[in-house]
Amino acid sequence: MTSVLRGDTARYIASRVATTLLVIVGAMLLLFALTVLVPGDPASALLGPQATPEYARRFIAEMGLDQPIHVRFFRFFAHLSVGDFGTDVLTGRKVSGIILDVLPYTVILTFGSIGLAVVLGIPLGCLAATRPGTVLDTVLAVGSVAVIAVPGFVVAILLLLVFSIWLDWLPVLGAGRAGDLGDQAVRLILPIVALSIGWVGFIARLVRSSMLDVMGEAYIRTARAYGLPSGMVVFKYALKNACIPTLAVLGLGVGRLLGGAVLVEIVFARPGLGRLVLDAISTRNFPVLQGAVLVVVVLFVMTNLVVDLCYSAIDPRIRRGG
Amino acid sequence: MRSIFRHVAGSGTGLLGLVLVVAIVFAAVTAPWISPYDPDRLDVLHRFAGMSGAHWLGTDHLGRDLLSRLLHGASVAMAVSLLAIAVALSVGTVLGALAAYLPSGQERVILVLFDIISSFPSLVLALVVVAVFGPSTVNVILIVAVTLMPQFGRVARAQVLSVKSAPFLEAEILLGAGWARIFLRHLLPNIAGPLIVLASVEVPVVITVEAGLSFIGLGVRPPLASWGTLIYDGYSYLSDSPLPVVASCITLSLATLGFTLFGEALRDAVDPKRSSVR
Repeated sequence: MTSVLRGDTARYIASRVATTLLVIVGAMLLLFALTVLVPGDPASALLGPQATPEYARRFIAEMGLDQPIHVRFFRFFAHLSVGDFGTDVLTGRKVSGIILDVLPYTVILTFGSIGLAVVLGIPLGCLAATRPGTVLDTVLAVGSVAVIAVPGFVVAILLLLVFSIWLDWLPVLGAGRAGDLGDQAVRLILPIVALSIGWVGFIARLVRSSMLDVMGEAYIRTARAYGLPSGMVVFKYALKNACIPTLAVLGLGVGRLLGGAVLVEIVFARPGLGRLVLDAISTRNFPVLQGAVLVVVVLFVMTNLVVDLCYSAIDPRIRRGG
Repeated sequence: MRSIFRHVAGSGTGLLGLVLVVAIVFAAVTAPWISPYDPDRLDVLHRFAGMSGAHWLGTDHLGRDLLSRLLHGASVAMAVSLLAIAVALSVGTVLGALAAYLPSGQERVILVLFDIISSFPSLVLALVVVAVFGPSTVNVILIVAVTLMPQFGRVARAQVLSVKSAPFLEAEILLGAGWARIFLRHLLPNIAGPLIVLASVEVPVVITVEAGLSFIGLGVRPPLASWGTLIYDGYSYLSDSPLPVVASCITLSLATLGFTLFGEALRDAVDPKRSSVR
């Protein structure tokens, strides 16, 4: 029995790891294809019309764009696989350094939002599930749909308008002074709320419906029949099982939030991967764009992998059912 | 059909969704005729006008009538959603149905393709494509279609697998029916329900992505009035007048809310087991 289970688990982990690697390689292929597909000559696109022909030639040689495609292809993969994203020709800095500078902002924003969504969403879902059909339940249900439906960047703009322009309670623009943690934390409040509010509604709804499913199960009825206190039944037995679907959507959530973070960063003029990608697009700075996008994709698929593996560790049916 | 309509209109939230959807579709179709002004007509002397009888929702930073621009924005949002979902639905359905009939090795290829596409954060994929090919409405439609396609493909495959070995289908095949006949006459009507529900649930997602891309200047290009570009314009001139940004944000939110409520009511009506609210 144990050996069968272990075999299943190993096979499941192997297939998830393989898919993850495949996605990362796919992303690299796509990013490489883009440099080949870009219409016109990349040097004049990046340098603008003022560049002298000599400068453009030197630039093309520096970026290795004068090499045949297969050489560029192997060089691209060889460099990326050791984490070398190349050098930003405009500033002369390492692309990896540029990305590492802004990465913490985006990571804190994204995972802070996920955290807030879980911390608020699960209790709200429990609250609704223990009082089905009441006014409170209806209010929470309607509120959840409303916050799920409204786009995050719209919430961001409205929060900015209300809390920093009309009420003048919170400073908003930028990430705060370097070294001043208090200032930085205050400036994180509105972006995190804007990014997470839809997920609070989503998780609350998910927890409510899976709670209601679980509460109808025989083992809950048994626990109640044994006279266990209702709080213990709800929080110790029901909630644990009701949280499994929540865990499953968190991986998906990270991807959506990373995308949403791009827009929220722009609304609040915060530094981060979003700003970096947008600037790289407008200056057609492909090395930076490739590096930043690859980091986002790797962050996303790795989170998904971790979530899936935790999920299968908690609920063994996943790895057996495929 | 009638019972589905009754179910959707029967719940409070479903009815609200239906009303909003009808209003937005009406605005989108009739925008050229019901708009009080040409949406691109400049009137710089009356920029940032407040709400008045002449301009119900005021004017923007170039004196353009905001109501007219929002109405035309509905046309853009609906056109993008309709086209993107139509492409995703048709390509996804064909690939999904194909996957259900192909031998397992080739089926795997299609499924892995679906997995890879859905493993990309879709907005990031959109940014990359726009970076190379430049912002345009057609690019927005294509990107959204590609990122939605796997969902339709998976649903189509599951549906085809569930009807594939039904006796009436095997009888048709034995009688020598061609592929086109099997697909159009028999498979499609049997798998259409869940696909239509999925399509309606995805409308607010497409509206959001289009508005988001247009907001950062990578989607629909000005002067075309998209809700995203309207929000961007309003946001840039926030200190002059909050009215344009508030009005555009509320319009976009009502649209996504309406389509979300409608899509969920439709899903509950077609498949009561998956009801999310009750």
